[in-house]
Amino acid sequence: MSGFFKIIVWLAVSAAAAFALGTIALHQGERISALWVVVATLCVFMIAYRFYSLFIARRVMLLDDRRPTPAVRLNDGLDYVPTNRVVLFGHHFAAIAGAGPLVGPVLASQMGYFPGMLWLLFGVVLAGAVQDFMILFLSVRRDGKSLGEMIKSELGEIPGLAALFGTFLIMVILLAVLALIVVKALEASPWGSFTVAATIPIALFMGIHLRYLRPGRIGEVSLVGFVLLIGAILLGGKVAQDPVWGPWFTFSGTQLAGMLILYGAVASVLPVWLLLAPRDYLSTFLKIGTILGLAVAIVWVAPELKMPATTRFIDGSGPVWAGSLFPFLFITIACGAVSGFHALIASGTTPKMVDREWDIRFIGYGAMLMESFVALMALATAACIEPGVYFAMNSPGAVLGGTAESAARVISEWGFVITPEMIQQTAQDVGEQTILSRTGGAPTLAVGMAQIFSALLGGKAMMGFWYHFAILFEAMFILTAVDAGTRAGRFMLQDLLGFFHAPLRNTASLSANLLATLLCVGAWGYFLYQGVTDPLGGINTLWPLFGIANQMLATVALILATVVLFKMKKEAYAWVTVLPMSWLLVTTFTAAGQKLFHDNVRIGFLAHAAKFRTALETGTLLPPAKSMEQMEQILFNDRVDALLALFFMGVVLVILGYGVRACWVALASRQVTARESLAHPATAV
Amino acid sequence: MPISLYWQRLAQMARAMIGFPDYAGYVAHCRLHHPGRSLPGEAEFLRQRQEARYGGGRGRTVRCC
Repeated sequence: MSGFFKIIVWLAVSAAAAFALGTIALHQGERISALWVVVATLCVFMIAYRFYSLFIARRVMLLDDRRPTPAVRLNDGLDYVPTNRVVLFGHHFAAIAGAGPLVGPVLASQMGYFPGMLWLLFGVVLAGAVQDFMILFLSVRRDGKSLGEMIKSELGEIPGLAALFGTFLIMVILLAVLALIVVKALEASPWGSFTVAATIPIALFMGIHLRYLRPGRIGEVSLVGFVLLIGAILLGGKVAQDPVWGPWFTFSGTQLAGMLILYGAVASVLPVWLLLAPRDYLSTFLKIGTILGLAVAIVWVAPELKMPATTRFIDGSGPVWAGSLFPFLFITIACGAVSGFHALIASGTTPKMVDREWDIRFIGYGAMLMESFVALMALATAACIEPGVYFAMNSPGAVLGGTAESAARVISEWGFVITPEMIQQTAQDVGEQTILSRTGGAPTLAVGMAQIFSALLGGKAMMGFWYHFAILFEAMFILTAVDAGTRAGRFMLQDLLGFFHAPLRNTASLSANLLATLLCVGAWGYFLYQGVTDPLGGINTLWPLFGIANQMLATVALILATVVLFKMKKEAYAWVTVLPMSWLLVTTFTAAGQKLFHDNVRIGFLAHAAKFRTALETGTLLPPAKSMEQMEQILFNDRVDALLALFFMGVVLVILGYGVRACWVALASRQVTARESLAHPATAV
Repeated sequence: MPISLYWQRLAQMARAMIGFPDYAGYVAHCRLHHPGRSLPGEAEFLRQRQEARYGGGRGRTVRCC
């Protein structure tokens, strides 16, 4: 392609991006097609990938294909394997894509789709993809070292330990919030509960099949598993209507929470081939397939965005979660814009498989753009739902009252047109008894997906099937994450406990294993139970905590990246990481500060605690507490949450302090002080 | 690229997504660098990899939210 022609093409892409964004911005009062979001996203991402990631690769990182990667130097055919970049992209994307990018944007929709969309677009380009790209690059240059190990070697022992502690607690919050999403989706839903329960025997069957009957036939057995899953969804509809079996699979929130905690404890000590591995295969393929299917369906159906571009709730009075646009939008949408968890994955298995350095750009930056695209699809899907239905599903029961009538009245007062009949009709369409207060994002996304998929295939008669398919799709990989996460959390905890009492580090010791497993399950189980019994729906408390923690982990990753840039004597380009890092510092600290000290009891933990303490002193009962013990419990929960927010702030401050010092030292040094594996690359002759 | 190669890549990608390296690649690697080492059969190889991915291997099961 000639240079001139290239310029024309990129001018056209830029014009298309500007036109699509302009169309969305200028038609704020009317309903427009979701295709505008798709076009704007694709164009912005193409430009960002072509120009910004190239700039980072060429000027900041100086990627060099002549430098052998760890996969080439340490090739063992197992962990370190030079892998085709498209294949590795699949590996990496499957690891980073989870429930986060699907849930956050749905919750953020209460402010309208436009603020969330802008943050996703610009957040990923300048922060999220930069973080993934940088950390993958750093890890590839360091034999595939993990984030914690890199912090230890570049910043020091203490920040390394602080990062380990922080990561473990983020894991705990993550598992609790994921489990809470499943609970909220399955509460009083026999169809959903049956289908999700059926995945356990299906996975067991697959596991035994793979182990003893047809070893190695993963594709074959996954296909059988998939057919069985579809069968389970179809059967679930019958079970839910059955007068005998229906009530059997109808559970309350606390029952589901108890079952999940028990499941987490049992599943994480079973042999991996029996339950975890086969379900991981099934959920991975289902996840990728559904995401691709949703992309095709949105383009094909081109649904209308019914949610206004912005709603009155940008002032912070929204029912889904409390707090104003700044800072809370930026922590509600964590994954999809920027996610600290990705730093763990980009320094996990992926760096050990990179074939050539220039592949890092496609895998690190590119896969994160793809994840953001998934988040934008989730945002568009939620915006395709009638706003009244959206608020009926996502507002806590305490706000809506218990009936369709009271809910319709409250939501109409907010200015969204809705009738009790519309609420009941939606519930009936998707085969549920009620859609009121199905908080957590997953059911909302499922209603949106059911609308889009049924427009493509099956019509209204298939809406119930598609709704439960979507619920299953989300619950499947959340349960896999709960199982795998409990195991990973256990190892992290054993590592940490080993600092204080060495024998606890021994992963072969049964008692050390059981102790760590119980502590880990107990920790996330506590937060899960707290969330389930919260009258404000639990999401209001746990999701911001998770968002703050996840973004703070991203801050830590970007601090590491900044320090290394200084040590590479690349401080002139340090703004590439300093810019997103500063933004994250400001948003997370403002958000954490408000979660602690805001005088609105819906936002501030301490204000909420004070309210309950005063009531306790005067002996008055405040709902939802039914006894003084429960009042004490709520007070205790508030204090734990406040302590956790403080702890996260402390971790970031410690690492920031060490980071600034390391930058200072690096600036004073005349030489490159970054600790790469190849200090003098063989090719630099 | 011939279609069979596309198919092969796709299968390889599907396996990479769930954490399995290429068995043929492993065998080729071992033949070249460690001649004489006895190699596990494919089923045994997958079994070992499964254990390494989920059991005890530090940080191996990390996945995202």
